[in-house]
Amino acid sequence: MTNRNGSNPEPITPIDSSIFSMKRYLPQDAGTIRMSLIMLVVFALMAGISPGTFLSLDSFSSMAFQFPVFGIFALAMMLTMISGGIDLSIVGIANLTSIIAASVMVRLVPAGATAGESLLYMSLGVIAALVVGMACGLLNGFAVTKIGIPPILVTLGTMQLFMGLAIILTKGQAIVGLPDLYTAIGNGSLWIIPVPLLMFCLCIVGTYMLLGKQSFGMKLQMLGTNPTASLYAGVNNTGVLLGTYAISGILAAIAGLVIVAQTNSAKADYGTSYILQAILVAVMGGVDPKGGFGKVSGIVMAVLTLQFLSSGLNALHVGNFFKDFMWGIVLLLVMVINERSNRRKFRH
Amino acid sequence: MKKMVQTSEFYVAVVVLGLFLVIGSQNSAFFTATNLYDLIRSGIVPGIFVMCAMLVIISGGIDVSFPAVATFSMFCATKILHSMHYEGPVVTAFFLSGLIGLGLGLINAVFISLFRLPTLIVTLGTSSMFSGFLLTFVGSSQINDLPRPFLTFSKEQVFKFTGEGGITVGLPAAVLITFGVVISVALLLRYTMLGRGIYALGGDAVSAQRIGFSPVRIQFFVYSLVGFLAGIAGMIHTTMMRNSNPVDLLGTELLIIAAVVLGGTRITGGHGTVLGSLLGLVLVITIQNSLILLGIPSYWQRFVIGALILIGTGVAAYQVKRSIARRKSIVT
Repeated sequence: MTNRNGSNPEPITPIDSSIFSMKRYLPQDAGTIRMSLIMLVVFALMAGISPGTFLSLDSFSSMAFQFPVFGIFALAMMLTMISGGIDLSIVGIANLTSIIAASVMVRLVPAGATAGESLLYMSLGVIAALVVGMACGLLNGFAVTKIGIPPILVTLGTMQLFMGLAIILTKGQAIVGLPDLYTAIGNGSLWIIPVPLLMFCLCIVGTYMLLGKQSFGMKLQMLGTNPTASLYAGVNNTGVLLGTYAISGILAAIAGLVIVAQTNSAKADYGTSYILQAILVAVMGGVDPKGGFGKVSGIVMAVLTLQFLSSGLNALHVGNFFKDFMWGIVLLLVMVINERSNRRKFRH
Repeated sequence: MKKMVQTSEFYVAVVVLGLFLVIGSQNSAFFTATNLYDLIRSGIVPGIFVMCAMLVIISGGIDVSFPAVATFSMFCATKILHSMHYEGPVVTAFFLSGLIGLGLGLINAVFISLFRLPTLIVTLGTSSMFSGFLLTFVGSSQINDLPRPFLTFSKEQVFKFTGEGGITVGLPAAVLITFGVVISVALLLRYTMLGRGIYALGGDAVSAQRIGFSPVRIQFFVYSLVGFLAGIAGMIHTTMMRNSNPVDLLGTELLIIAAVVLGGTRITGGHGTVLGSLLGLVLVITIQNSLILLGIPSYWQRFVIGALILIGTGVAAYQVKRSIARRKSIVT
């Protein structure tokens, strides 16, 4: 239906007048709307139950230091889940890289070093951590693509492997005595934004650009929906998967660096419960565990919701075990709701 | 003979034998009766867990909640009997713990089969839920003064043997329970329609449904059976330890799954044998208990097990890949 000579022009669809209306800027799909509603309800609930402790500047600033770590883990989990896989090794990678970074910093920075010197060695430590994180991710990707082991098993194995390596390197001890400058930066704020939050924002922007603005994101989603179809559509499945697991490894390394700064130490078996939380956040944020779909905005809202819930429960002085109980229930509920609404959508 | 050489059980058996020879040649303490009895004893509870994990994986799922189910069941059962000052036969304890486990297994089954959610994520969720509930609402400190029937049961031994120096070593009577469970699961998988249904479901859920198996019913059966068995395994653990600790078993799931997968059970479902899984368990337990005998520091344990999972599953995956490639070349 070409109209090269200008005759019989196709009726031009009128420009959507809503382009300039607010509607365009509001989230379009039901999942995002539902998630933002849940977030607001949880916030209101927690604010209502304990307005004194929950709605204080202290509580908000402590929240801003807490959620970035599991938010970054959730971004890593999201990427691998979109590919139709899963990455259980992220906490292992984070612990291993944090130990690498910490030992580089502790070994190299001489006593009484100037700020410039410590900065140099600190960046060496950071680079080492990122490189090791990427290498760990590539190992996962290699085992998934070239050898053909299912992602659950690969990352189950490498989780043990990385943590084991971290234990071997440290003989189970924690590494302490990091340069003051590093912990000062890690726990400091830029203007009013805490540095961990800033790191989280950078990761969000990076992941968003990757998924939304690059062809990589489209390929990843195609691969996750149907690997055979994407292969025949000319997608280099192996390359995309390798890239995905490598990025997941780098994100895990960033989380590790934040953990080191916050706890002022590096340990081989830190925070294994983060894996469940990362899966929880990803699934709550609308990532389809069967692959193919996931949005950064969903992750951000899910992270905030969980943090509100967690801080609110803290204000009520409930124990950590009760929180585990809650996470389990929330995870199952959210999945049931998502599944129900998806099934309804596909039926029509 | 040729067929036997091709099975993964054969490879695992060769690896296990090789490992035995290496360890035995390095340290003569390995082949003593005491050490071998120790190895068997440390396999009693995991032996049942391996059956649980294998059943689920054959049916096409994966379950990480069985340690939480076991802990929940045994602690609740112990607590109930403890508060009743129970004095009757110990069978009641096992039965009660098994029933509680069955109930928890049903919760898994509802989410997995009626809501059709991914099994890994459901069981991660329920596992967190079960242990969170237990530690918050039931109790978080261990029960040390167990009811008397538990203690008499724990002292009963079979296969007694008096070694040099007059030390008597024996196996706890609980080994018979594990033995019974293993035999029943083997019979179930091999000789019943239900057992074939479990394989069929794991192989291809759609085909299984078309030839008349009900996936929902099979999944309900599998997850409740696994819950029941986990409950019993938890109670065995309690009697063997002579205390009931609500955080003891948590975290053992990955090792068990590793053992099952090393034993040739395919994580994608449809393939797996009782013998292979048991051999996988022997491999893992031997490595876990014998690194010290080999002179390797214990902090290498995690690394070695991780490497083992990767190599074991890698070999299996590579074989599958090659057989698919071979099949393709016939077609074209």
